[in-house]
Amino acid sequence: MDARRTVEAVWRMHSARLVASLTRLVHDVGLAEDVAQEAFLSALAQWPRDGVPDEPAAWLATVARRRAIDLIRRERLRDDRYALLAAAPRDEPDDAGPGTATDDDLLALVFVACHPVLSQQSRAALTLRMVGGLTTDEIARAFLVPDATIGQRISRAKRTLAEAEVPFAVPDADALPARLSAVLEVVYLIFNEGYAATSGDRWIRRDLAEQAVRLGRILAGLMPREPEVHGLVALMELQASRFAARTGPDGQPVLLPEQDRTRWDRTLVAHGLRALARARTLGKPLGPYTVQAAIAACHARAARYEETDWEAILALYEALTQLVPSPVTHLNRAVAVLHVDGPRVALDAVDALRGDPRMARYHLLGAVRADFLLRLGRHAEAAEELERAAGLAPTRHERMMLMTRAAAANQSAPR
Amino acid sequence: MKVMVLVKAAAADEDRLAPSQELLEAMGEYNERLVKAGIMLDGGGLRPTAEAVEVVFEGGTTSVVDGPFTEAKEIIAGYWVWQVGSVEEAVEWARQCPDDPNSGIRSSLEIRPFYEAEDFGEEYTPQRRERDERLAAEVAAQHGQS
Repeated sequence: MDARRTVEAVWRMHSARLVASLTRLVHDVGLAEDVAQEAFLSALAQWPRDGVPDEPAAWLATVARRRAIDLIRRERLRDDRYALLAAAPRDEPDDAGPGTATDDDLLALVFVACHPVLSQQSRAALTLRMVGGLTTDEIARAFLVPDATIGQRISRAKRTLAEAEVPFAVPDADALPARLSAVLEVVYLIFNEGYAATSGDRWIRRDLAEQAVRLGRILAGLMPREPEVHGLVALMELQASRFAARTGPDGQPVLLPEQDRTRWDRTLVAHGLRALARARTLGKPLGPYTVQAAIAACHARAARYEETDWEAILALYEALTQLVPSPVTHLNRAVAVLHVDGPRVALDAVDALRGDPRMARYHLLGAVRADFLLRLGRHAEAAEELERAAGLAPTRHERMMLMTRAAAANQSAPR
Repeated sequence: MKVMVLVKAAAADEDRLAPSQELLEAMGEYNERLVKAGIMLDGGGLRPTAEAVEVVFEGGTTSVVDGPFTEAKEIIAGYWVWQVGSVEEAVEWARQCPDDPNSGIRSSLEIRPFYEAEDFGEEYTPQRRERDERLAAEVAAQHGQS
């Protein structure tokens, strides 16, 4: 057993609730996080030498709490000296003590970390740090940026929260839907950072996606009545179940039709389908994550690509384009159209997207359109489209794959 | 990473494995914590080996042996599948598993990481992978699933 990793593991298990309960104590999430970090550093210094204490959560809580109370006392002294009159006493630290954070405290922490005053990137970093219990360098490695960048991002975010006087609370019923979707967006952004990218160290990226799934499951435990939370968990699990199948031996991407479905992780598929079922039984209108999960479930249920229920998928995409009328949704819908109505109708559907400026630099539009053109026997146009797409592809592997397809299309084009 | 956690006990103690009501409740709470922490993927308890059957391969012959497996040193009483960040994390979760100090039984949790395709590294050549995949596909076809 690696001692440092043990400390990190214990930290990851308890840090979110620790920070949440400390925030209750000091009324400042940034300060709470700082003193929690100090407790973590003490653990890193002591545990490898003395062993992990029997009650590690209590140990961390005691150290952090002592530090927090010191800070509060010092602040009070200053208050006494310089602002005697203004010094309205702070709440006494309640004796329930840290480590006893309620689910609501933890949930409040999630909502603060994903607060709209913060940028998307800051929300992701802060959520991983405060809710996921990741260290700064783990977050930096996951996002492929220097440690210092993440460190600055986190301290700036804490400052922003303090300046905006963001309350430590779960939003009320009116604000909840919008705030919840902001939270889910952050989790899905973290997931996609790990899932979509084929650049960088693949292992770290995959860990990041797993971390996001885990955050999603924690949220599902905190908000069991919210269907979209279960929908997002289902979506992430069904997508993550394909991890082993979606890259080839040399790291090149393997697309859905070519994936060896025996390599899909059946445990994750089963778990994802259960989460989807839960989302559907909560008796509220389906949201975008649940619909996307339902689409992923159609793929998961097909033993072979040829057995895919495209009619069901197309119907779900019709629903999704209503919920999320983005050009990317329409592009994905066009693929379902291909399988239901054939390449001519599908080509019309993508051609309608070509004028959209949001799609101008999106390589998959060209890749998909080229596929439809090939099926219609229009090889030269397809090759041209693929070459253009290759120029826009974000990763080397995707670029190479598109170039290969372009060359193949050129070869079969009549001269 | 995914790990399987095997709940093991001495075979000699199998008759006494029935947990107390208290322990069952503590187990329920523990399971709920695992779910809420987002690490629990699967799990279940296994019926006593009196209801088990073993298919044994030895020296080219195949025989079927009915339980209970009294001669075994240890038996498996249940399992979990967890998704964790490291083996160390699984250990810390396992240490928190409730136990009845008065049961007089020695039990253990064995943590076994799953193989991932990437673990085979360079040894796992495309040829070998292709062969394994073909085999897996055949097995799947025979069992009517994939």
